[in-house]
Amino acid sequence: MSAQNHQPVTPETPVTQPAASFEPAESRGDARPVSFFRRFLSQPEAKFGLVLTGLVLLVAIAGPFVVPAWTGYGPTSYAGKPFQYDIFGTDNLGRDVLSRFLEGGWRLLLYSALATVLGVGLGTVLGMLAAFRGGWMDSAIMRTGDVLLAIPQLVFAMLAITVLGPQGWVLVVVIGITHAPRVARVIRSATSGVVAEDYVLASQMYAVPQWKILGRDVVPNIMGPLMVEMGLRMTYSIGAVASLSFLGLGMQPPTADWGLMINENRIALSLQPWGVILPVIAIAILTVGTNLIADAVSGASAGRTTGSARKDK
Amino acid sequence: MVSTTTVPKATVATAISVRDLSLGVQGGDLILKDVDFDLTPGRILALVGESGSGKTTAALACMNHLRTGLELRGGSVQLHEGASRFFNQNMDLLTLSEKQVRKLRGGTIAYVPQDPALSLNGALRVGEQIHEVLCIHEFGRNGREREARVAEVLEEVGLPSTKKYQRRYPHQLSGGQQQRIGIAMAFACRPAVIILDEPTTGLDVATQDLVLKTVYQLTTKHDVAGLYITHDLAVVAQVANDVAVMLRGEIVERGPAEKVLYDPDHDYTKTLLAAVPDLQGERAMGGGPAVSPSAKVRAPWDNSHDDDVPVANSGQVADSARGANDGRDNARGVGQHDAAQSAHGASSGATAVAAEPARSDEASRGGERAASSTGDTAQVHDRAASPTETKPANEPLVAVRDLRLAYGPAVILDGINLDLVEGQTTMLLGESGSGKTTLSRSIAGLNAAYTGEVLLEGNVLANGTRKRSNEDRRRIQYIFQSPFSSLNPRRSIGDSLEVPLEMSGGMSRKQRRAAVADALDAVRLGRSYINRRPGELSGGERQRAAVARALVNAPSVLVCDEITSALDVSVQASVIELLRDLQRERGLAMLFVTHNIALARHVSHKLAVLEKGRLVDYGPTDHVLRNPQHGYTKSLLKHVPTL
Repeated sequence: MSAQNHQPVTPETPVTQPAASFEPAESRGDARPVSFFRRFLSQPEAKFGLVLTGLVLLVAIAGPFVVPAWTGYGPTSYAGKPFQYDIFGTDNLGRDVLSRFLEGGWRLLLYSALATVLGVGLGTVLGMLAAFRGGWMDSAIMRTGDVLLAIPQLVFAMLAITVLGPQGWVLVVVIGITHAPRVARVIRSATSGVVAEDYVLASQMYAVPQWKILGRDVVPNIMGPLMVEMGLRMTYSIGAVASLSFLGLGMQPPTADWGLMINENRIALSLQPWGVILPVIAIAILTVGTNLIADAVSGASAGRTTGSARKDK
Repeated sequence: MVSTTTVPKATVATAISVRDLSLGVQGGDLILKDVDFDLTPGRILALVGESGSGKTTAALACMNHLRTGLELRGGSVQLHEGASRFFNQNMDLLTLSEKQVRKLRGGTIAYVPQDPALSLNGALRVGEQIHEVLCIHEFGRNGREREARVAEVLEEVGLPSTKKYQRRYPHQLSGGQQQRIGIAMAFACRPAVIILDEPTTGLDVATQDLVLKTVYQLTTKHDVAGLYITHDLAVVAQVANDVAVMLRGEIVERGPAEKVLYDPDHDYTKTLLAAVPDLQGERAMGGGPAVSPSAKVRAPWDNSHDDDVPVANSGQVADSARGANDGRDNARGVGQHDAAQSAHGASSGATAVAAEPARSDEASRGGERAASSTGDTAQVHDRAASPTETKPANEPLVAVRDLRLAYGPAVILDGINLDLVEGQTTMLLGESGSGKTTLSRSIAGLNAAYTGEVLLEGNVLANGTRKRSNEDRRRIQYIFQSPFSSLNPRRSIGDSLEVPLEMSGGMSRKQRRAAVADALDAVRLGRSYINRRPGELSGGERQRAAVARALVNAPSVLVCDEITSALDVSVQASVIELLRDLQRERGLAMLFVTHNIALARHVSHKLAVLEKGRLVDYGPTDHVLRNPQHGYTKSLLKHVPTL
């Protein structure tokens, strides 16, 4: 967002001023808004969300490095009889639950991040083009999106994976594509507001190339909705990747993966709950965390400075 | 101007008196500082000041309404005995509870907001809206009495009172009618006090005149104390009995209108008054003399004209709200008046001026000037008439020939012929919807859908900017109406201003920055603004930056599309001063688009009046103003408020 280079602002003229100088055009030193990042951080949702997400990120990223050393077992090595109730115990094939938990997070995060970037990127470009060019291109893009929206996200993903096979890139592409029309709708409406502004017309007047207008005039001014979409789609991606793995269409055994772990161990939920509970808690904390961040971003982009500034008169 | 209407005195001498009112932002700066004023029945107090001076805040405090984030710091708002039906003793409105004060609002103290289109409920018929006010304030004994009152108040504001009219929805009325419905709602309960918050902003001059008359008549006739908030001093002269001038939350001068407006004490009032454009161009607005002042004050460079020449703005104010106009020579007929002016012009010594009325009379007899030969005659005479012009141009820099534009059956522009001459300004005058922005954008190439020709030095320009050559784009520059929308808020002023240079090419980044810094100096902003963002600048500063963007690659033609309409009068004056200076320094040809006819003499050498896509009057400014050919121009001249 707007990088704030702090240069001195002309001091406000004192209110009590000798008559005779009434320069009407005084700089308003206070007009510079608090930087976006500060507004974001000033909200309690942001702090809480960052802590929660950070916690899960730490487990998922640092986990693979400590797995054999700290836990004593690799993610696929045999650790005892199935469904043993130790600290975290063993899973259905007798592998150490903690080791698999620590090992199995990064794929989920990587795939959902990639899917989010792909979906939001694609949706942003299409939405901006639709609003900026208008006419037949607008209709073509948005109506194609409508057709895609008519197909449920999971059904579409299952269809594609059944046809193309359960590979990582398929997962990313399919989830990304199903995000794109939803993102495109939001970005299109945000862009059409910006396109109506005179500064876009001014750039047109100076014959600035269209891609430059999009990059310099439009994108910075739709950053707010774009960031909100990013956070929101991240949450949905995590859910989608985990569900597809749970359904057996994502990661394949014997890979350690949170979604897969839930599926493998749910038959012994009453006997040895850790195999299910650990990944469930992690996914829950992660989605709640990213959701809180998305909330705070939307609040900050709407100009809210503190969470308490919404009180009525 | 003194009110001559005699009305029976109300039972109270003062309706509301505000004492030592101080308001501030919660935990922050003071907005109002010790504001005192009295509202007297039958008189209108105008609260005058620039945007941000606190005039609306002060007015709303009279209704004990503080906008969110404000807090009361002290003072009182006394509602005097007998002023209200609900309370019959003196009371401080600021101490009342929300519930008590709600009884007063609308019934005893009425408010007319600025924009009628936003303040009327679009889902209610206008009759019902007025009726609703009466019901809430328990006016009248029964439904029939209330209905009679609705009809009566509609008559009072000059609208039809038929059932059919009452069944209309707000969107079926014009802006002026909507505002009169708003006024009818305010007057419906026979309030003691009425607060009008710039009710005529956004209305055209003829409608504004009508609304002002209505307000004036109703307040005097029904002995209502009026508080009129405005920034337009010309309107104040039309409607107000008393004036209070606000500066940064303080009242710096107050008094009867004729004293404050014509013999001000405070320097700020003088500054404000000096910024008001006048139709005669007799005063030097914005630090310089008018471009085409009327004949009797012609030639500001020769100081031969005496100050004792009677102030002659006859026809325009004759129909003003006051009806009678003391001290002015409105008894004279228009024709007579013109003759006097011409005679004065002839005697002023400049031969070109003497020759002018006869020749341009010939030239524009047909109203529109389609044949280029007559156009040339006019230009020859124009040059002669303006001795400041150093470089004579034989042909217009930009010529518009038979420009037409239609969207389906809707004809926006119909056969426009217009010339822009180097070093001269042409004013394009018209109300909203007349096609003036479309025309100016067609010239600048922002609107490619037209037919006809736009010529730059005799060469036909392509329809859209993207099809024009770099050189053509460089030479014609367009300045947008709203400075709040024309600069990208996410880019620094320097980056925004660099764009034209970047696109015309041939300069390094360093050279471009230097050119931008020079342009910022040229518009009197200073090069220190180069790294600022638009959000840090005031409206006037932003507009200067926008002018700088147009100047940065040395154009020959400036198209200014209503560039002062979003600005305060004093800022408007400074922007116009800037434009005149730049024109003098660089010999720019300018097209100045506006709806404000009062600016005509201050900026323009030639005046073109556009109505419904047609040029209905076109010629040298002085000539058009003195001999308007078309009814539309005449009505504009008749209704324009003047000091």
